[in-house]
Formats: sequence, structure tokens, C-alpha cells
Amino acid sequence: MGFETFGRVSFTADTKAAAFVDYLAQGKIMATKCKCCGTVNFPPKMDCPSCLNSDVEWVEAPTSGKLLTFSTVRYEPTGFEGDAPYTIAVGEFGDGVRVFSRISKDVNESDIKIGMQLKLAAITLPGGRFSYEFQKA
Amino acid sequence: MSDIAIIGAGQSVFGRKNPVSIRELCFDAYKEAMEGLDISNKDIEASITCSAPEYDKQRTPSGLISEYLELTPKPAFYIETVCSSSTTGLRVAWALIKSGLHNVVAVIGFEKMMELSSKDSMERMGRGADIMWESPFGISMPAGYAMCAQAHMAQYGTTEEQMARIRVKSAFYGAKNPKAYYRKELTVEDVMKSAPVTSPFKTYDTCGNADGSSCVIVASEDIAKKVCKKPIWIAGMGAATDTMSMSGRKSFTSLSCAKEAAAQAYKMAGVTSSDIDVAEVHDCFTISEILAYEDLGFAKPGEGGKLIDEKQTYIDGRIPVNVDGGLLSKGHPVGATGGSQIRTIVRQLRGEAVEAQVKNPEVGLVHNIGGVGQYGNVIILRR
Repeated sequence: MGFETFGRVSFTADTKAAAFVDYLAQGKIMATKCKCCGTVNFPPKMDCPSCLNSDVEWVEAPTSGKLLTFSTVRYEPTGFEGDAPYTIAVGEFGDGVRVFSRISKDVNESDIKIGMQLKLAAITLPGGRFSYEFQKA
Repeated sequence: MSDIAIIGAGQSVFGRKNPVSIRELCFDAYKEAMEGLDISNKDIEASITCSAPEYDKQRTPSGLISEYLELTPKPAFYIETVCSSSTTGLRVAWALIKSGLHNVVAVIGFEKMMELSSKDSMERMGRGADIMWESPFGISMPAGYAMCAQAHMAQYGTTEEQMARIRVKSAFYGAKNPKAYYRKELTVEDVMKSAPVTSPFKTYDTCGNADGSSCVIVASEDIAKKVCKKPIWIAGMGAATDTMSMSGRKSFTSLSCAKEAAAQAYKMAGVTSSDIDVAEVHDCFTISEILAYEDLGFAKPGEGGKLIDEKQTYIDGRIPVNVDGGLLSKGHPVGATGGSQIRTIVRQLRGEAVEAQVKNPEVGLVHNIGGVGQYGNVIILRR
């Protein structure tokens, strides 16, 4: 699968990280690890500018974390019609891995609090698209 | 080592109903910048045009603007760092002059945003984020800054009312500025009752898209002293970046690019935050001004809200900030904004800001940010 099936609206087709979407389709959220220095990157990064190395391996990203910040969008950009309100957020998932995603619409807006525990989960979107979201832990 | 001066600064009226093309917009700013100088367009040795190209229909606008202002065959450059483009242009102009390559450089910023709908503008701003990993979730500039606001509220107890007070100050001075787009005074209640955009922002927490242009004429010391009665000296400059991705940020309660740029600029100018007599900061959203107070050292971390509660950033306060109405009231024509901030400080230091003049300022500061804290420029000017 190509990267054009990632997220609600993908702006990228070609990337060395396209396998990320295949993993997502299997319910797995992957990070990359530089085989030279061992740095783990999320979002995945297929090259390591410190080592000048492109030999990276896929490793499962941590899925248990906490909410760092968020905003509930009520006025959505073109391309996201009918989607608002939705809540975008950044969570911290151990070892300094920070993830940008949305908080599941199953979580009431009034229950969203910075510091709350989150679970990172792969999801399938209508139209054969794949993404991940934060769910209540 | 010789100094470098701003010898002229101008801007168009910022607004939403400008029946003019980008070349005509730029002429308005150029005209104001050049008025009163003992030079003509023949003496400008290079031009730097600044805009955010996602809004432009004209490709490579530097050539067009250079032709319209009759600056050809002199070299023309194009610079973009989104909302901080024209202060990045100023940095490049400084370097061109310092190197001895040129003696007089025009920095022209513009944006014609009203040819796009508000939601289409938001979509383009959303692509000013990491398009691979963050734009697919529906991020926009307001939402990115709103995430900073939520973090600041949670960490320091900053309130929506404090943010509203930023807009009340902005509207108070914007009402006096004939070049501002929004010229009505507002109350805290008006702001609090305005329509929600992206939590915690309501409509009045956000600046408006607008058409506009700015122009700054930069010159070497020799030329400046010859052709200009009141040159304003570039005493310090700083520039820095932070990650484009929000997930790459170490902090959401501060913009590290602004802190770093400020530290560089203070060091170069040999001043501290307490020496600043008047400042222009990048208040694209109400929280942005509170972050700026703290990142520039006008307030301690977490105490930016208190500074506006005490009205210390009004004209009679300890450190007047955005007494031209700021981006919130002037409007934010992306590529023109930094030049407009420079113009305000130049007018303040010259004692020409008749609508809202700070008493006898000697040192002024401009803080101009691109994206949600991706690019930070801080400039310190002296009369």
C-alpha cells in the first residue's frame, strides 16, 4: 500500500516509510530504529543524518502514554468538511517518544484533561484508509 | 565596523477590500518608505521580496515587483519563512550590506490573501505543518497555537479572560491606527462571547487574514547619514528555528526559537529586556503575545497573563507592546507583517507615531514568528 491511504487526507504518495501503512493495516503502529546509533524515531524516519545511515529497522512504538496538550477544532480547513469538531493532540509515550494524533471521538470533550492516560491505537477509516488515534487508557 | 540603518519604512493599509493587484499593493508601501529620502529607485542596489507563496497566484513575484517599482536591472531575491518572511528579508539585507556587496537594499513584503476563502487559507496554513505526519489529522495554524494555549493554561493557570485582555488592548490601539483592518474597540465580554474556533480560541482570539504590503529600506552608515534625517540603527538581530512537527517540540508553553533569537539579539545589541522602551510582538493569536512577554523576558515564565492584567503593556505601562493594534487588529498579511512591525518601531523611535506615541523611546524591539514557532526573528533597533 502507498502512503496516500494514510490519515483522513494524505498529502504524500511516495516515501520510503510507505510500509508504515501496511503495518497500520495489521493494527500495528511502528517506529524506526537506526541500526547504527540505535535512535528510535516516531514518526518514523528512514534516514539518520547523524550516522549518515539509511539502514533502519521497524520496531513497535510504545502505546501507553499521557496527554501533553490538545485543541478541539470547530472550524475545519478545506478537505476536512463534516469532520469537525475533532480534537488534535500531542501525547508522550515513554522514552521521549511524542506522538501527534487525534483523540478518539468516543472521549467526551469535557473529559479531556492534560496529563490523562492515553492508549495509542491503529484505526481503519472509511474508504480503505488507515490511521491511529488516542483512546482513553 | 560601520553600522547599518533602516532609512525608510512603510506599509499599505491592511484590509479585506483592496481593489488592487500585488504590484500596486507593494507600491503603496514602497512610496511611504521612500518619502522624504534623498534617493530614488535608481539608488536601490538590490531588492528582496518576501511572501508566503502558497497564497500567491504570481509565481516568482520578486521579478514582477522589481519590474513594477522600476528596480531592474538590479538583482532581486525572494525570501520565505512564512509569517516571519520580511524580517528574514531584513536579516539578508543586513548581510548583503555588511558584506560590502550592496549599499542600499529594499525589503518588500506582501500578501494578497483575500483571493482565497477562509477555509482554503486554513488548508494552506495546515500544509505549513508536517504534511506527511501531522497535516493528515487536520491541523491548522490556529489549532497549533491553541495547543500552546491549552498547555499554558494547564501549567500556569493562565485564563481565557487574560487572553481576552490581550485582544482588548489590541483593539484599543487598532481603533486608532488608520492602516489597521479591524478598527473597533472590544470588551473582554465581546471576546469571550465570540464564536468558538479551536479550543480555547474564539474568533476574537485570532488575527484576521488581510491583504497588505510593507517596505523597509536598509542602508550602509555612510549612505544613511547622507540621505536620511532620522536613520534608525539595527543594533541587534537574532534568528532561530524549532521543529516543524508539533510532536518534535520540547515545550508547548514557550517558543524556543523566540527565546534563542532574543538571546542572540540582546547580546549583539548589548542590552537586556529591561532596556526595551517599546516592542512589537507577533500576536497572531492572543496566547502568542503572552508567550512573547515570557520568551522576551518582559515577564517570568507563567506570568505573562499578569502583565496584561496589570496593563503594563499599554502605552503608559512598564513595557508598551503592540501599541499599533498588533496583528490581531491590523490583520496579518503573512509576508508583509514583519515589515509592518519594523515600520511601527521606526515611527516610534522617530517620535512620529502620532496615533499612539510612547514617550521618548530610545530602544525598540521586533519579535516576528513564522509558523507555530518554526522560525523566530528578533530585531533590536536604536534611534
